[in-house]
Amino acid sequence: MDWISFIEFSLIGLFSGGLLALVALGFVLVYKGTRAINFAMGEFMMLGAYLVYTGHTWMGLPLWLAVLLGLLGISLIALGVERLVLRPLAGQPVVSVLMVTIGLGALMHGAVDAIWGGRNLEMPQILPRKPLLWGDILIPGPIFWSFWVALAVIAALSLYFRFSRTGIAMRAAASDPITAYALGIDVRRTQQLTWVFAGCVGAVAGTIVASISSLSPALSATALGVLAVVILGGLDSVLGVIIAGLVVGWLESIAVGYFGGKARDLVPYLVVLAILMIRPYGLLGTRDIERL
Amino acid sequence: MRIGDFRASYAHDEALLATPVQRSWMIGFVLLVLVFPWIGGSYLTYLACLTGIHLIAAMGLNIVTGYAGQISLGHAAFMGVGCYTVAALARMEIPFYLALPVGGLISALVGIVVGIPSLRIKGLYLAVATLAAQFILIFVFREWDSVTGGVRGVNVPPAQLGTWIFNTEGEIYYVIMACAFILLLGARNLFRTYIGRSFIAIRDKDISAEVLGIDLFRGKLLAFALGSFYAGVAGGLMGYFYRAITPEHFTLTLSVFYLAAIIVGGLGTVLGAILGAAFMVLVPEALRGVVSLVTVWAPNAMALLSPVREMVFGALIIGFLIFEPHGLVEMWRRVRRFFHLWPFKT
Repeated sequence: MDWISFIEFSLIGLFSGGLLALVALGFVLVYKGTRAINFAMGEFMMLGAYLVYTGHTWMGLPLWLAVLLGLLGISLIALGVERLVLRPLAGQPVVSVLMVTIGLGALMHGAVDAIWGGRNLEMPQILPRKPLLWGDILIPGPIFWSFWVALAVIAALSLYFRFSRTGIAMRAAASDPITAYALGIDVRRTQQLTWVFAGCVGAVAGTIVASISSLSPALSATALGVLAVVILGGLDSVLGVIIAGLVVGWLESIAVGYFGGKARDLVPYLVVLAILMIRPYGLLGTRDIERL
Repeated sequence: MRIGDFRASYAHDEALLATPVQRSWMIGFVLLVLVFPWIGGSYLTYLACLTGIHLIAAMGLNIVTGYAGQISLGHAAFMGVGCYTVAALARMEIPFYLALPVGGLISALVGIVVGIPSLRIKGLYLAVATLAAQFILIFVFREWDSVTGGVRGVNVPPAQLGTWIFNTEGEIYYVIMACAFILLLGARNLFRTYIGRSFIAIRDKDISAEVLGIDLFRGKLLAFALGSFYAGVAGGLMGYFYRAITPEHFTLTLSVFYLAAIIVGGLGTVLGAILGAAFMVLVPEALRGVVSLVTVWAPNAMALLSPVREMVFGALIIGFLIFEPHGLVEMWRRVRRFFHLWPFKT
C-alpha cells in the first residue's frame, strides 16, 4: 500500500470513527446513568432507523419531520423499556441486567422482523452522496458528513450536560445516586432521561448507518463491534469515547486496507481483548476500587 | 409425602437421593429415558437428543456463570472448539469414547486462556471480554480451512463402538444420554467438594473468598476449564449428532441461548440446567406447532415463525428475570413443597 492510499484509508477511518463514537456514546450514557451495558443498543439503532423510514417512505412526511417523529417514537419506547424492564431489576446481579438487555434486544429484533420483514429496504438519502476529492484522495460523501453530524450531536449533548439544569442533575445522579437523591434530585427521572437520550442517540446513529448502507434487521449487529470503542475509551467517559472512536475507526480502516474486508470482523474484538488485558478501565474511564 | 426423613447416619446425610420416594422416582425416570426411543418415535427422540446436548452445555455454563459467577458470552465458541477437535479425531478413526474427552480437554484449555482476563476484570467487563473471545474464535473457525473446513464446514463420521455404528438419532441418543448422565452426576458431586464450594464462595464475593484462603487464580480458571470441558463434550456430541458442522452452529446466538437457558432454569443449580435446557428446546417446537395450527386460518403465518420465536425468546428472558428470577427450579420447589405434607394441610 503506497502512502496516498494509506492516507486515504486513514482519513476514511477517522471520519467513520465519528459514527462509532456516537454509538459508543449511547452505551456510555446508559452505563453512566444506570451501571448497565445496553446490549440492545443495536436494536435501538435499528428500530430508530425503521421509524424514520416508515415516516418518510410510507407516510410521505418530509425528512426532518420523519426524523423528529422517529426520535419521538424511540423516546417513548425507551421510556417504556426503562419503566417496565430495567427499573424492576435495579440492584439485581450484573448477569440479570445484562441478560435483560439481551432479551430486550431479541424482543425488539423479532418485532421489527415481524412488522417490516427481513428484506433490505431502501433508506432515503440523508447525507450528500457526492464524494470529496482532495488531489488523489477520495472520501465518500456520506462518511465525511456523518462524522460532522455525529460530532454535532455529541457536542450538543456535552453542552447540555455541562450547562442545563437537568443535564447537571443527570451528571450528579450518575456519579452518586444516593447523595443526589438526598439533595432532592429525582433520580428515577434522570435515569428515564438517560434511556431516552441513549435511545435518541441510537436512533440518529441507526438512521445514518442505514442511509449509508441499507436498512435491514441485520443493522443491529453493528453495535457489538462498537463495544471496542466503549472499552477503549473507558465505559464512563464521553471524551474517551470520542478519542477511542477515532482510534478504532482508523485501526479498522487500516486493517481493511491491508488485510481485506474480513479484518472488520476481527479488529474490534482484538482491540477489546488487548485493552481488557492491559488497561481494563480504558483510556479515560474511572478506575473502580472495590472494598469489602 | 415426606415423613420420617431424619438423616440419622452420615451415609444417609450424604446420599444424593435421600428418601425411598426420590429413589423410586429416579429409577422410573432412568427407565423412561432408556426406553424412550422405542415409545417416543423419531421426532421426539430427535428432540430428546437435542435436549441432552444442550443440557450438557448449559450445565457447563452453569458451572462458570451460575456457580462461579463469571459471566461468559463465549460458551458456544468453546462448544465449537470441542466439536472441531472431535471431528478431526473422528476422521482419524479414533473412537468416540476417546475423542469426546479429548475434545473436552482441548476446549478446557481454550477456556482457561479465555478465562485469564477474569483474574483482573469481572462483571460486565468480563462479559465483553468473553464476547470478544466468541467473535475471535468464530473468525478462526471460518478462516482455518484445513481443520474447520471454513464456512462450508466439515463432515463428522458417525460414532461407532466395535461394529455398532450410531447412525440414527435413536442410536446416538444412548451416547448422548450416557454422557449427560455421567457429566450431570459429576456436576452434582462437584458442589459437595472443596472445589465446587470454593466456586460458590468466589461468586458470592471474590474478595471475601480470597481472604478466607481460597486461591482465586486457581478457582476462576478451574471454573472456566470445567465449564468449557462440558461445552467441549457437548460440542463433540453435536458433531456426532448433526454429522455436518459449520461455524454458523456456534454463533453468539447459541451462547445467549445457554445463558437464557440457565436463567430460565435457575442459576446455580444442576436441576436448573436440565429444566432450562429442556424448556428452551421445547418452547420453539411448541411455537412451531401453534403456528402450523394457525396456518389453517392465515396461510402466511409460517413466515412469521422465526420472528415470533425470537420475540418469545426475548420475552421469556425478560419475564423470568422480572417475575421468577430463581427460574423454573423455584417453581418446581414450590410444587414439591406443596406435596411434602399432602394431603394434610401445611
